[in-house]
Parts: sequence; C-alpha cells; structure tokens
Amino acid sequence: MDTFGLLGEGLLAALQVQNLLYALLGVTLGTAVGVLPGIGPALTVALLLPVTYRLDPTGSLIMFAGIYYGGMYGGSTTSILLNTPGESASIVTALEGNKMARKGRGGPALATAAIGSFIAGLIATLALAFVAPWVVKAALAFGPADYFALMVLAFVTVSAAFGDSALRGITALFIGLGLGIIGIDLQTGQARLSFGIPDLLDGIEVTTLAVALFAVGETLAIASSSTSLKEEVLAVKGSVWMTLSDWKRSWPAWLRGTFIGFPIGAMPAGGAEIGTFFSYAAERKLSKHPEEFGEGAIEGVAGPEAANNASAAGTLVPLLTLGLPTSATAAIMLAGFQQFGLQPGPLLFANNAPLVWSLVASLLIANFMLLVLNLPLIGLWVRLLTIPKPWLYAGILTFATLGTLGANGAMSGRLGPIPFSFELLILLAFGILGFILRRFGYPIAPVVIGLILGPLSEQQLRRALAISQGDPGILVHSPIAITLYIIAAIALLVPFYFRLRGKGAVLQQMASDED
Amino acid sequence: MSLGEPNLSRRPDGAAFVIALVLAAIAAVIIWQTSLMRVPPIQAKVGPTVFPYVIAAGLLVLSFATAISAFRGQFPVREKINYGPIAWIVGGLLAQLLLISWAGFSIGTAVLFGFVAKGFGRGPLWLSVPIGFVLAFAIWFIFSRGLQLSLPTGPIERLVP
Repeated sequence: MDTFGLLGEGLLAALQVQNLLYALLGVTLGTAVGVLPGIGPALTVALLLPVTYRLDPTGSLIMFAGIYYGGMYGGSTTSILLNTPGESASIVTALEGNKMARKGRGGPALATAAIGSFIAGLIATLALAFVAPWVVKAALAFGPADYFALMVLAFVTVSAAFGDSALRGITALFIGLGLGIIGIDLQTGQARLSFGIPDLLDGIEVTTLAVALFAVGETLAIASSSTSLKEEVLAVKGSVWMTLSDWKRSWPAWLRGTFIGFPIGAMPAGGAEIGTFFSYAAERKLSKHPEEFGEGAIEGVAGPEAANNASAAGTLVPLLTLGLPTSATAAIMLAGFQQFGLQPGPLLFANNAPLVWSLVASLLIANFMLLVLNLPLIGLWVRLLTIPKPWLYAGILTFATLGTLGANGAMSGRLGPIPFSFELLILLAFGILGFILRRFGYPIAPVVIGLILGPLSEQQLRRALAISQGDPGILVHSPIAITLYIIAAIALLVPFYFRLRGKGAVLQQMASDED
Repeated sequence: MSLGEPNLSRRPDGAAFVIALVLAAIAAVIIWQTSLMRVPPIQAKVGPTVFPYVIAAGLLVLSFATAISAFRGQFPVREKINYGPIAWIVGGLLAQLLLISWAGFSIGTAVLFGFVAKGFGRGPLWLSVPIGFVLAFAIWFIFSRGLQLSLPTGPIERLVP
C-alpha cells in the first residue's frame, strides 16, 4: 500500500473517539507541564510517561505524541513571556520573543509562534510520513556493523559536535554508557555491575534517570544558586492577533524555518537547537528590517519556532525507522516504545504498521488540537507562569516522585525495619549527580542517550563480531559503515578545529547568542 | 544553564581534579567487577565483558583529559553554593523515601512538598505541609483510582473505599 493509503488508515484509527480523547488529554497535559518554567519537553515527556503505563500501546503512544508536541508549544510560551527558556531549543525564541513582549507585542509573538509551530508541525509530519518509508527501505540493507557505525555517529554528534566542550560532552556520554552496562546482559543472561542488588538486575530505568537529572538536578541547582534572577512575567497586552504586516513577515519565515529544521532533526545530528540557530541566522540575513533584530523582530520568533517544531518531527524519522534517538526527548520516547516490548526500526514498520501510522496520524491531529488549544486559551496557560517558585518546584518534585513510583513502586529496599522504594533512592542519587554535572558545565542529554543507546549499540557490535567470528575487520567492511565513520570523524574534528582557531568561531557564537 | 565563560584566573581547579579521580574510580570498579565474571570459553571472543572493558578504557582516557583540563583551569566559573536549600530538598526526598511505605503516599509526599517549599524560602512548615497533603492526596486519588497506578497506601489512603 502507498503512503497515502497507510496514512489514511492511520487517520481513521486516530479519529476513533477513544484515541481522540487520548490525544486531547496528551496535548493538554503536555502544554500545561511544558508551560511551567524550568520544564522542557524532555522532562515533560519523562514525567508523564508513567501516566500512560496502563493504557493499550496505541492509546498510550497517541497520548504520548500529544504530550511531545504539547510540550514544544508550551515551551515557547514560557520563553516569550518569561525569558527563561526551559529548553535549549527555545533560547532563540526568547531572544526576540521576549523583546516583543516587553514592547507590548506579546500577543502577536505568541500567535506567530503558535501558528508557525502549527504550519511547521503539519509540513514536517507529512514529510515524516513520506520520508520514513524510504529510510526504512534503505535501512533494510543495513547489517549489524552498519547499525553500530550509525550509533557511533549518533554518539559523536550528540556529545562532541556542539556545545562548548567536547571533553565534557564525551564524558557525559560515557557516564551514560557506563550506567547502561548495569543489569542482566541480554545475550548471555549474566549479571553485570549489579553488586548483588536484585533491583539493579533490570538495569537503570531511562525515565528515572531523565527525571532525576532534569527535575531533581535542576531543582537543586536553582535552589542553591545565590544569584536568583528576578523574573517577571510579562502580561499579554493589546491584541493577540497579528496585523497584516505581521502575517506578511511571518509566513516566509515559517516556511524557511520548516525547511531548515526538518532535515536537521532528521539527520542524526543532535538536538533541535541547531536548527533554530540556523533559522535565526537566515532570518537576520534575509530580513528587510535587520535593524529590528535584537529589538523584537517578528521573523526572529516565527522562523526559529517553526524550525524547532519541524526538527522535533524530524527526530522521529531516525527514531521510528532506525531506532536511533538523537535527542533526550527522543531517548525517552524510545523508552516509551520499549515498555510495550516494541523496538522501533525497519521491522516496526513491517510488523506494527497500523500502530506506526496511527501514531503519525495522531501527530497531525495533535497539531490541530494544539492550535485550537493555544490561541484562544493562551490566557489560561499564562496564569501557570505566575506560580511562585517554592510551590512550583515543590510540585515538580511531587510529580517526579509520583512518576518514579508509578514506574516501579516496589518497596524492595530496607533500612532497619523500614522498607523503602529503591527506585526513589536511585532518583535521589542521580538527582545529586545531575546537580554536579550542571555545576561543572556538563551537558545532560548525552547521559540519557548513552544509557539507552549503549546497550543497543553493544548488541549490534556483538552481532557483527559473531557473524565475522571475532574478526573486528567486519566493522569497516561495508561502504555504508565506512561512510558513516567518515562523517563521524568530520563531526568530531571540524568543531575541534573551530575551537582551536579561537573563540570567534561558529560554535562560540552559538553559545554567546544565549546571553 | 550556565554556559562556560572560561575560568579567567586559569588556576588549577581542585574540584575538577576530584571529578577526574571519580571517573578513574568508576573505571576501576567496572574493570574489577567485570574481571570477576566467569565467561564460558565459547563466548570469550565477543562475550559480555568486551563492552565494559572498552567503556572503562574510555573513562580512564577521559579521566586523564579531565585532569589536564582541571590543571589548566578550563572549567566554567562556578557561583557560590547555598547549602541550606540543598539540605532541605535532599532531606525532603529522604523523608519521603522513609515515610512512604508505612505512612502512605499522601503523608510522605506532603513532607517532601513542605521541605522543598522551605528550601525555596517559603514557610512555615505547619502551613506548607498540609497544602502538600491536600495536593498529594488528590494526586493519589486521581492516579491510583483513575489511572490504576500502584501507589503506596497508608492509614489515610485505606480510609478511601
């Protein structure tokens, strides 16, 4: 069947009342949690994953898709009105969006972000539907050695290619890889690094690690900071609607942002923020009003927001077709699939086609719902921004522990006569780890990706070596693998070269745009 | 996120040396534990010990590089820590951990809620803990009754049919 037929069937499935309700619940929860300052999409998805445990796989994944897109929409509201981006992909939005809000043009800024996200989400989700079958076809030719090379490439791009220190990025990745060894080895059934603790035999839960690093670590970092920023929530004054000139200036930026964001998300090239930086740079170059940049130019909100959402849909291409997560959010989504025993990859398209296509279709539906939910109801979401910090973070930790207990509530630890939940102890320990990582400038996402992708890459490596009877030559035997290794080497060496050449180079500019 | 302005003083960074040591220690633990595994000879070539050794080797290299980086003072400048709030938050998580199995989700989480709010400077506890209790009880009801999540029950949760 062709893509249209499959997508149509997916739409029929997604339009069932029950699935529509799951999607609505997902986008509402996703927006509400995503709007909260300090919570990005990765944490939104990690916090809400356990909520979906008891649903059937299709319903759960549909709700999940809604949460994912909802979290993206919510994040942009926060960065426009509060200037504290909850996620790195919103940094650029905060740049111009917050300036617009300060000038009393918060309404149009939110509107161009929401409509831009909608258009980008729509185009990118359709692109996902049409690109995915091609990638699946290509992926069927991949052997274990090629998969291993692909994962090595992903490791390099998520840890070393961007950010301000390759050393700290790779170290974060290896911490994740090390945590990934813990537990029963899938192929031989032997326990590794479990120290005789039964709870460690199942390995470290991805959601627990993500919630600990993002929620507990962030809470500790903010509470302990002595220079607490004075944050003010900007009221949405004046009309929410965009003027004719706003529309004229926005729509080319939306389209450009979409076409910049989607391919970057679809390549194993790391997070969504790269696309937003490129889009911002492109808009600044092409704008007829370059003097407005830095003072609240609407293109500077429209383009990056579209790029942000387009690359969010783009990351689903490697995730669904190859089982390759390229962002922390995608890593948690992969964990969401795994809880139902589903392993994304070419076989998922073959064996669970209805599920995949109803997921893609429900992304389209979630996108429509979000547009409706966000434009008229924006005042409601803005009110969530005014929650005072003590209550906000107390609430975040309440939900963090709720999710952890929901995933594994067994009271298997014991301190004297008191039984306790081992999973909560892990949450606390990794929360402190997250705080230390943040304090010393280590990125968080590579840890999460290392944890989930480490065991998968080991599996492919051992499969490849088993085929070759132990000859490591097989790893560089196929042209696909060699090409991937060359790209990985370029991704590692080019930034290194830029860093050596001095601080004026591209990467540093990406970092300095943040202040 | 505080992205790195490099440490201008460029003095060796003691805390970062500790990180290098910890990385080396983790590598040592991985090597030690992996060497204790008994691997049947048939798996010797591509068995379950290969990957741990590779990661341990990587961690050793990274530990060395971190030590050099620490010596050159290349880590971002850190601001002073307030230990008070950290103690409240970690204390809250520990209190919840120890309370929740016998006192139930609502009471344990109420204490966590109150302690975290206190860590952010909002008190008094006799007010914030009850607020946390109401919230936690509502959450418990919605999630354990509505979404069938298995959450720990205590004397108060058992009152609900």
